[in-house]
Amino acid sequence: MGLLYGLIAVGLALIFGLMDVVNFAHGEFLMIAMYASFFLFAFFAIDPLLSAPLVAAALFVFGAVVYLLVVRFAMRAKANAGMVQIFSTFGLAIVMRGLAQFFFTPDYRSIPQSWLGGKTVSIAGIFLPEPQLIGALVSILAFAGLYFFINRTDFGRALEATREDPGAVALVGIDKNRVFALGWGLGAALVGLAGAIMAVFFYIYPDVGASFALIAYVTVALGGFGSVFGAFAGGIIVGLVEAVTALVLPPSLKSVGIYAVYLLVVFIRPRGLFGSM
Amino acid sequence: MDKNFAARRRRDLIIAAVLAGLAALAPLFIKDVYVQNILILTLMYAALSQSWNILSGYCGQISLGHALYFGIGAYTTELLFTKFGVLPWFGMLGGGVIAALIAMGLGYPFFRLRGHYFVIATIVIAEIGLLLFQNWEWAGAAMGITVPIRGDSWLKFQFLRTKLPYFYFALALCCLAWFVTWWLEDSKWGFWWRAVKDNPEAAESLGVVVFNSKMGAAAVSAFLVAIGGAFYAQFLAYIDPESVMGFQFSLLMALPAVLGGIGTLWGPVLGAAILIPMTELTRSYIGGSGRGVDLIVYGALIVAISLALPRGLVSLFSRAKPKGATR
Repeated sequence: MGLLYGLIAVGLALIFGLMDVVNFAHGEFLMIAMYASFFLFAFFAIDPLLSAPLVAAALFVFGAVVYLLVVRFAMRAKANAGMVQIFSTFGLAIVMRGLAQFFFTPDYRSIPQSWLGGKTVSIAGIFLPEPQLIGALVSILAFAGLYFFINRTDFGRALEATREDPGAVALVGIDKNRVFALGWGLGAALVGLAGAIMAVFFYIYPDVGASFALIAYVTVALGGFGSVFGAFAGGIIVGLVEAVTALVLPPSLKSVGIYAVYLLVVFIRPRGLFGSM
Repeated sequence: MDKNFAARRRRDLIIAAVLAGLAALAPLFIKDVYVQNILILTLMYAALSQSWNILSGYCGQISLGHALYFGIGAYTTELLFTKFGVLPWFGMLGGGVIAALIAMGLGYPFFRLRGHYFVIATIVIAEIGLLLFQNWEWAGAAMGITVPIRGDSWLKFQFLRTKLPYFYFALALCCLAWFVTWWLEDSKWGFWWRAVKDNPEAAESLGVVVFNSKMGAAAVSAFLVAIGGAFYAQFLAYIDPESVMGFQFSLLMALPAVLGGIGTLWGPVLGAAILIPMTELTRSYIGGSGRGVDLIVYGALIVAISLALPRGLVSLFSRAKPKGATR
């Protein structure tokens, strides 16, 4: 479960953590991705595992478009930039929920059968549900990929440079909007991957994103802004803490442990575990 | 400049008095209960947003966890009333004091945090409060508390047959929050807060005790919001954790101030006056289909206003703003 939180958080780590743009519609991106893989399954009988790259590609386009249509202008705001970002993306989240209700109705949907659903594998005597296992694998791959991407490619360097100093970057001929649009697309694509896998074992409904979004913010902040590895570690910690809390406290209180650990960490280290900002 | 400032403040006070007077007369002409309801909610959100604005607007400490104080006000009042028979008026004050104390207790560790870390901490603490109340059997858990109806009385602050007393209370609360803001704006505290918001290091070096300023803002803000919570509980005669402590509520409290103009005297009132009727009208006229059209319209308006007017709606009246007020 921790790795799944990590997978949701990784897209956010890119947008929120590395580009320093607040995205309150992150949960809604997840929701869209889950619906996308549901409909690919329902109409074309494509298994979520196969459609995951398709969903990721679709979300890539969606994320880039959202950046170009909304976020680009929010970042241009000279006054109260932070609040403008929070509330323009919050407004966007409401619109997306409204659209989902309009087109998909508020019904709960689920993918009844898939290659992975309900199967378990036993590793050294421990039974693990297969979807979670695949989710964990994808999550590790996604993190490794992103880490490589940010630290080893020109694009990653351009992204970081653009956040640091958009003016100087323009001087050396990097188009800020192109870099950030790609960054948003990539962040959204990672959420798309998470959504496609989660569609297998969670109910899908218009408000589904909200419940995961807060945990994703906490995960990114716990790991520290500006650190991909931090978000990964944050995801694992969140998953472990949740599991332990669920043993000690009633299940309905399991998130309290996560929140308490976040507070504890930032009180001791106000920049999160591996944060650089 | 100084003279201008004093003149502007005097003018603000006169405008506020005239507006409050007009609002007080409104029920003479507006008999429709539905419209009265909208007016009450508008006034309440204006008051809440004004209180939120003290900490987040003037002092610059963006809190998205004020639902915690709202819920504490509501719960203190109703728990004292239903379990111990304490009159809501005392519960209201008690809730305010408790909320202010909690705000200061939380401020102690919280105000070391900066930026996103602070915002997320405020969200998280309100969420913890929500979960605890949802699981607290004695306080009604997720079912909440239904306030027993014992007939119309000012003493118990509940009215079945008329909404007017609620209207006047909400108006009074709104005026109080406005007046407190107006008064603090020109006080030592007001100047400290703006200094802390703009540049905490520079403020500290000039002798502003940054930490104490933040604590003061948090306490005043939490106290007023808790009074609003107590009012809301009496007004609805029913509370449950999700409806008074949910994250949505923290955002709804901040929204009027942000759309109206964050850190300004008139922003929250202006924002609430436009946003709340709009919300209610879209909900009742196009929300009936249950298909989310009201959400689409509402969300799109928020996006549009926040992108088009980053300084908020008050910037439309910006010629009234003295030069140099915003660098």
